[in-house]
Amino acid sequence: MRRVLNGNEAAAMAAKLARVQVISAYPITPQTVVVETLAKFVADGELDAEFVKVESEHSALSVCLGASATGARAFTATSSQGLMLMSEILYVVSGMRLPIVMTNANRSLSAPLSIWNDQQDSMAVRDSGWVQLYCENNQEILDSVLQAFRLAEQVFLPVMVCYDGYILSHTVEPVDVPEQDEVDSFLPPYSPKFKLDPEHPITMGAVGVPEVYQEFRYQQHEATELAKKKLVEVDEEFGKRFGRKYGMMEEYRTDDADIILLTMGSLAGTIKEVVDRWRGRGEKVGLVKLRLYRPFPAEELAEVLMGAKAVGVVEKDISMGWVGALYTDVVAAFANVKRRPLFLDFVMGLGGRDVKFSDLDEVIEITSGAASSGEVGKVLHWIGLDVEKVR
Amino acid sequence: MGGLELKEEEFFAQGHRACAGCAEALAIRLALKATGKNVIVAEATGCMEVVSTPYPQTAWKVPWIHGAFENAAAIASGIEVALKVLGKDIKPVAFAGDGGTADIGLQALSGALERGHNFLYICLDNEAYMNTGIQRSGTTPFTAWTTTTPVGRVKRGEDRSKKDMPAIVAAHHVPYVATASVGYPWDYVEKVKKAMEINGPCYIHVHCPCPTGWRYDPKLTIKLARLAVDTGAWILYEMEGGKIRVTFKPEKRRPVREYLKLQGRFAHLSETEIDEIQREVDSNCRKLGIGWY
Repeated sequence: MRRVLNGNEAAAMAAKLARVQVISAYPITPQTVVVETLAKFVADGELDAEFVKVESEHSALSVCLGASATGARAFTATSSQGLMLMSEILYVVSGMRLPIVMTNANRSLSAPLSIWNDQQDSMAVRDSGWVQLYCENNQEILDSVLQAFRLAEQVFLPVMVCYDGYILSHTVEPVDVPEQDEVDSFLPPYSPKFKLDPEHPITMGAVGVPEVYQEFRYQQHEATELAKKKLVEVDEEFGKRFGRKYGMMEEYRTDDADIILLTMGSLAGTIKEVVDRWRGRGEKVGLVKLRLYRPFPAEELAEVLMGAKAVGVVEKDISMGWVGALYTDVVAAFANVKRRPLFLDFVMGLGGRDVKFSDLDEVIEITSGAASSGEVGKVLHWIGLDVEKVR
Repeated sequence: MGGLELKEEEFFAQGHRACAGCAEALAIRLALKATGKNVIVAEATGCMEVVSTPYPQTAWKVPWIHGAFENAAAIASGIEVALKVLGKDIKPVAFAGDGGTADIGLQALSGALERGHNFLYICLDNEAYMNTGIQRSGTTPFTAWTTTTPVGRVKRGEDRSKKDMPAIVAAHHVPYVATASVGYPWDYVEKVKKAMEINGPCYIHVHCPCPTGWRYDPKLTIKLARLAVDTGAWILYEMEGGKIRVTFKPEKRRPVREYLKLQGRFAHLSETEIDEIQREVDSNCRKLGIGWY
């Protein structure tokens, strides 16, 4: 059924379709509507779940941890400061291999306080052992949450579905909402092999002494690597059932491209438009929209970007004192690849700064200049910066 | 007395790495004998978590989970709601130390109590952060030496009184709040049994002497636990429906000096300081109707 939903409603609708059994979340802008919508579903009897009204995000994730370990399908949603408050428990959840699904409405981090969008929050927890998916539009949010549960429960890893705050969370779009029975046949009930059960007592969250800790981490890493392959399988099956698939990344007009921009999230939609304009002028420009950020599909990405003369990484985060996080990842993917393009990093849209077509034209011009001269010059470019204000 | 009925079966196995004379290990062992095997335990980071679960070994014969220091109550909440949706009739039990309860875990505990989850929370109070090596917590008593309340030329140990944790819990209007001591096991076990029968959040605060942190001979653990009660420094009571009932009154209350003098953490006390502590103890006892007899 076609519905008009904002990104938060799409996330909540997906959680409902996934028949989550325990929801525990705390309000934070711009995610709050997810919590409100789910609370309403439960209040109206449309969703048979326990809705736990916690006193913090730290407890929100801790409640999900307890519930998931006991054998219930658990869901939470957060954003920005809330994700930071959860950060301790993010590692605990992934280390205990609990398949919790969370949506994160990407928002910048304080200070200065900002409720507006960038992706610093989820990028800051990229090493926490959660699979991270980034969405371009509201349909992709709904579909990714459904895929996330299927993936999480196959590889015993938590999955974070990220989407840009306000840009998607508060923008309505037509979304195809699948029927419950279709979702049921895609996503079977959660029945874990290991859970807290007095009939079969187990110890979870034990002390990992130096003789075993590294092996735990190794296995967790292996499972995360496996999630790459599993996501593709889940996505393929989803595509067969629902007619939509997304892969680990989407290539847009990259086949013969000399210049490729690489980004994550809703900027992809804007960049596609800009790519079309440049293509209209005969310029060989393309886009790679990265959907799966962790595990990082390094080889696959290298394969796609290899043929370009220059790659411009367009990102809404900054690793202070270095460059954007995505840039470091993609460059590392080429460390041992002989045939490689030039790489430039463009940081923009921080704290809700609007990204204009002209900003993206500037990105392409700079990248194009590097491609024709064969010289990168400056690596990091701050786009849309008001130089008067930082004098 | 004499009504102590305990299961012979052990659910907290021997061989764990707790210090000799550890009262917390005893408190867990007794509690599980009272709950029986139909229970799920959530435990905060602390001595008991560390000594009982060095992978691949475990002392727990009941399902057990540990997440972090400050979230035992939140994890227990999650277990409780999951059991509800899965249609299982089990009351989860959370164990946490005094730091994990009165300090870093207070927020998560408050939230869980307020939400009314059907769980039992047992605070194992050894009156300092013993797992990290004897640092003061919110429940460290007045004048006690710890490594962060050292006795020097200017400072004389902890300068504040013990946080009244059971009263904080009681302010949430939960159905059952009690204090207990490993020195009076039948009183403690009966409270655990009672709490397990009550629907809703229940809280038991167990006083647990710590030979390592309190600086005394490990063989004195039970003696000290009993002296704390017999001097009125620790009062055994339960609260239901807003009413407080003292569950054990010493036949003759002994001077607090006897309790303090056996512990190295109070070795620096002057007679004046002991008198001050005695006045505080007297005041607390008077409020609960415990006289000198």
